[in-house]
Amino acid sequence: MTMANNTAAPTEAPVFYLKEEHHPEQGTMLGFWIYLMSDCLIFAILFATHGVLGRNYAAGPSPADLFDLDLVAINTSMLLFSSITYGFAMLQMAKGKIAGTQLWLAITGLFGVAFVGLELYEFHHLWHLGATPMRSGFLSSFYTLVATHGLHVSFGIIWLVTLMVQIGKRGLVPENKRRLMCLSMFWHFLDVIWIGVFSVVYLLGVLG
Amino acid sequence: MSTHSHAHDDHHGHDHGDGASHGTFNSYLIGFILSVILTAIPFWLVMDGVLDSKMATAAFVVALGVVQIIVHMVYFLHMNTKSEGGWNMLALIFTLVIVVIAVSGSLWVMYHMNINMMPKMDHEMIQNFG
Amino acid sequence: MFSNPDLLHFIFGRLSFDSLPFHEPILVVTFAAVVLGGIVVLGALTYFKLWGYLWREWITSIDHKKIGIMYIILALIMLLRGFADALMMRAQQAVSFGDAQGFLPPHHYDQIFTAHGVIMIFFVAMPLVTGLMNFVVPLQIGARDVSFPFLNNFSFWMTACGAALVMVSLFIGEFAKTGWLAFPPLSDIVFSPDVGVDYYIWSLQIAGVGTLLSGVNLIVTIVKMRAPGMSMMKMPVFTWTALCTNVLIVASFPVLTAVLVLLGLDRYVGTNFFTNDLGGNPMMYVNLIWIWGHPEVYILILPAFGVFSEVVSTFCRKRLFGYSSMVYATIVITILSYLVWLHHFFTMGSGASVNAFFGITTMIISIPTGAKIFNWLFTMYKGRIKFDVPMLWTLGFMITFVIGGMTGVMLAVPPADFVLHNSLFLIAHFHNVIIGGVVFGMFAGITYWFPKAFGFKLDAFWGKMSFFFWFVGFYFAFMPLYVLGLMGVTRRLSHFDDPSLQIWFVIAAFGAVLIACGIGSFILSIVTAVLKRDQLRDETGDPWGGRTLEWSTSSPPPQYNFAFTPVVHDLDAWADMKKRGFVRPTSGFMPIHMPKNTGAGFILAAISLILGFGLVWHIWWLVAVSFIALLGTAIAHTFNYNRDYHIPVEEVVATEDERTALLASQKA
Repeated sequence: MTMANNTAAPTEAPVFYLKEEHHPEQGTMLGFWIYLMSDCLIFAILFATHGVLGRNYAAGPSPADLFDLDLVAINTSMLLFSSITYGFAMLQMAKGKIAGTQLWLAITGLFGVAFVGLELYEFHHLWHLGATPMRSGFLSSFYTLVATHGLHVSFGIIWLVTLMVQIGKRGLVPENKRRLMCLSMFWHFLDVIWIGVFSVVYLLGVLG
Repeated sequence: MSTHSHAHDDHHGHDHGDGASHGTFNSYLIGFILSVILTAIPFWLVMDGVLDSKMATAAFVVALGVVQIIVHMVYFLHMNTKSEGGWNMLALIFTLVIVVIAVSGSLWVMYHMNINMMPKMDHEMIQNFG
Repeated sequence: MFSNPDLLHFIFGRLSFDSLPFHEPILVVTFAAVVLGGIVVLGALTYFKLWGYLWREWITSIDHKKIGIMYIILALIMLLRGFADALMMRAQQAVSFGDAQGFLPPHHYDQIFTAHGVIMIFFVAMPLVTGLMNFVVPLQIGARDVSFPFLNNFSFWMTACGAALVMVSLFIGEFAKTGWLAFPPLSDIVFSPDVGVDYYIWSLQIAGVGTLLSGVNLIVTIVKMRAPGMSMMKMPVFTWTALCTNVLIVASFPVLTAVLVLLGLDRYVGTNFFTNDLGGNPMMYVNLIWIWGHPEVYILILPAFGVFSEVVSTFCRKRLFGYSSMVYATIVITILSYLVWLHHFFTMGSGASVNAFFGITTMIISIPTGAKIFNWLFTMYKGRIKFDVPMLWTLGFMITFVIGGMTGVMLAVPPADFVLHNSLFLIAHFHNVIIGGVVFGMFAGITYWFPKAFGFKLDAFWGKMSFFFWFVGFYFAFMPLYVLGLMGVTRRLSHFDDPSLQIWFVIAAFGAVLIACGIGSFILSIVTAVLKRDQLRDETGDPWGGRTLEWSTSSPPPQYNFAFTPVVHDLDAWADMKKRGFVRPTSGFMPIHMPKNTGAGFILAAISLILGFGLVWHIWWLVAVSFIALLGTAIAHTFNYNRDYHIPVEEVVATEDERTALLASQKA
């Protein structure tokens, strides 16, 4: 770095300003990560609420009565598959291959849609059994926690489609790459939350 | 004007912007296989009732969940101590501390509230979260 | 056309002609005044053709300095509203004894104390703090803007729209009657079926988005955009406190968001989180909201500590005593603030072990806070103190805050809290720390940085008047409440039977009048300064003999803050530059890369406001339309890739040459 010389005290005056253009570091990835951390706290509160209210069945159904673990396992696999397919999209992006990136993004989106669809099916089924969010503290906290995650995945899908359109229009320009990496963090972050959901809500719930 | 700025961004993106590394095909595959295994075991433990003790099963489910979260953090989120000059890791650790305080604190506080204020319900609450 | 009730209900939801408070004379008069004032302002804007200027230079501005100034203007406007509530409460309590019922019916009084609390915390203290951080932090770290300038604009407008929704509740419907934290079961739909709590929920959710995003923004700005050479331990103390405050914002506002969502679900969907039956637990709400609520207190006070640190070292012409201990004390407070929340509900019944833990952690917090007081005292010791207005606020703070801190430690003792909980003693305590700490701090900060923002100082006479009115008024207003609290008088009462208490309330009301004079004097100090701006003008950019980088540039700073990015060698970088013979560069300028203004933030926030209004009144078509519009606008905004430009070098040269000439003419 060439730095400006101070003319007043030429002997040993330190440099007090940069003479060339200064680029501050890109903050998007850190900023998005910090946003995710705040989102993590929202989920933490929902988990805490489930921890406190999760046994308040109010003479209504309990997890063992309601949850179909086969369905949950299939749903979990949808998210896991979407994780690795998103990873493949990122690898294609790193190679600068637009078509490959778009293909893997589309597959990821389909897994995401399958996940949300299965979750909606599950909710519909439970609702049909009379296990509505209004039924008990347990069901209130269950629906809210799982649906909050589902809403995040849904927004992730909307974002993903938007990004595919943008990549289609502009290619893998730096902005789009940055956005892809943000969505990558978002998507994998939702996996991590889901690990907590299936372990604590479903498995520990059924365990009783 | 805008092409100029893009050029800057481009140059810049490769220097600092990436923060996290991209990972490789192998690292994604390892992460995927590990997480499949770590998902399958707890489902198997609960669905087939493999262990006699509920406590042991619960402990395994929680422990495997934690391990799987770490696997995802490392292989999919590319967490390490160096990305973004360590700030990512610092933010994560800070958040985890707050999460632990908020969740365990709430459970502790509400457990005592229930014991003192709703005496009939205490045993249900005790078993909550082991 | 008004014959079909279903259609009307579809179009207007719960909103009807009866929702307008024509039966409240106070509100009708206020409404008339607001409408008249509004017409005058809008007319003046149109007459002087200022709409385009406002839109281009302010509303769409992504300049952190302008956004910071807008935050502070918002806060001062809301201060007038919040303080009007305070005056009404003090007046009511001073006269409502025995047979006299006062002038406020209970349902109106309950709205007033709720609105007072909500407005003062969320729409006065928070915007003051955020505004000051927004203005000062990038300048202090030698940056040209924040990391995400668009988000900054969006954050401000979300906060402003949250405030607007609260103001709407004054004239359409009503506000919550539940107290500022809206504890269930009172705030549940069963006991509060009206729109008040919904206004509360949605205004805080809208403002909360803004607060959270601005928190993320400032953290990244401080982490990523510091000038070369400014290591963490060379950051100015105000920047350090800003960093910790924003960490607290990011790590606590999600909790508020989540808990308000749960309360909203209880009210809108009929879930059972905080209900009394079907497995709900109202105590969980109290627990959760205080996990946010206690850090919130430190969100407000830490930047005030930062201001005092800057002011003390500037006006004592010394380096701050114990810089690193100040930094560590701030970090310790940041973490400890998450370990004390239960002290707000010792009496709810968690028992001895839990209460003891939280009582002890609470008392521990007083240690780093006390260390800070000693740091400021030792900085003053043997310093050449100049008693300018910011220093007066600081001295007033040091005296007042110590008293508030000590009563806080008293409240931290669980057995004592069982006596004092929800009494006027508590009210006196938190006003003692919030007025003595946050308000004094923000006034010190505004007075200190005003010349940087506008190029002339605030009027010192009215500034001093403001300080003395506030200082004396505070003691008159709140010392009686300590006494009343010790006598067992509880908070939130609109009527008293015991006439022997009246004298204390009359004294408190007198104090409130003095504080009103303080606010008036502060406004006068701004008005007088604008009128006398030529006498008060500062052309050096460094009117106080400052020590940090913001004083190295002109006042007001150019849009790009610094023509050349500064290089930092030492703590108090500007003091170091002055000491070692820095000469301002007058040539070699380059074009400067800056973000472009955008109206997207304002539009998104305005749609959010409409969405909130629809949700409050159950106007579902409006909710659907505005939600889709919100999503659509946000997505459309992401298709705009053309977000930055370069300020041409000629413009930079012209701006800098003008300053060169100005500085030369001063020396001559």
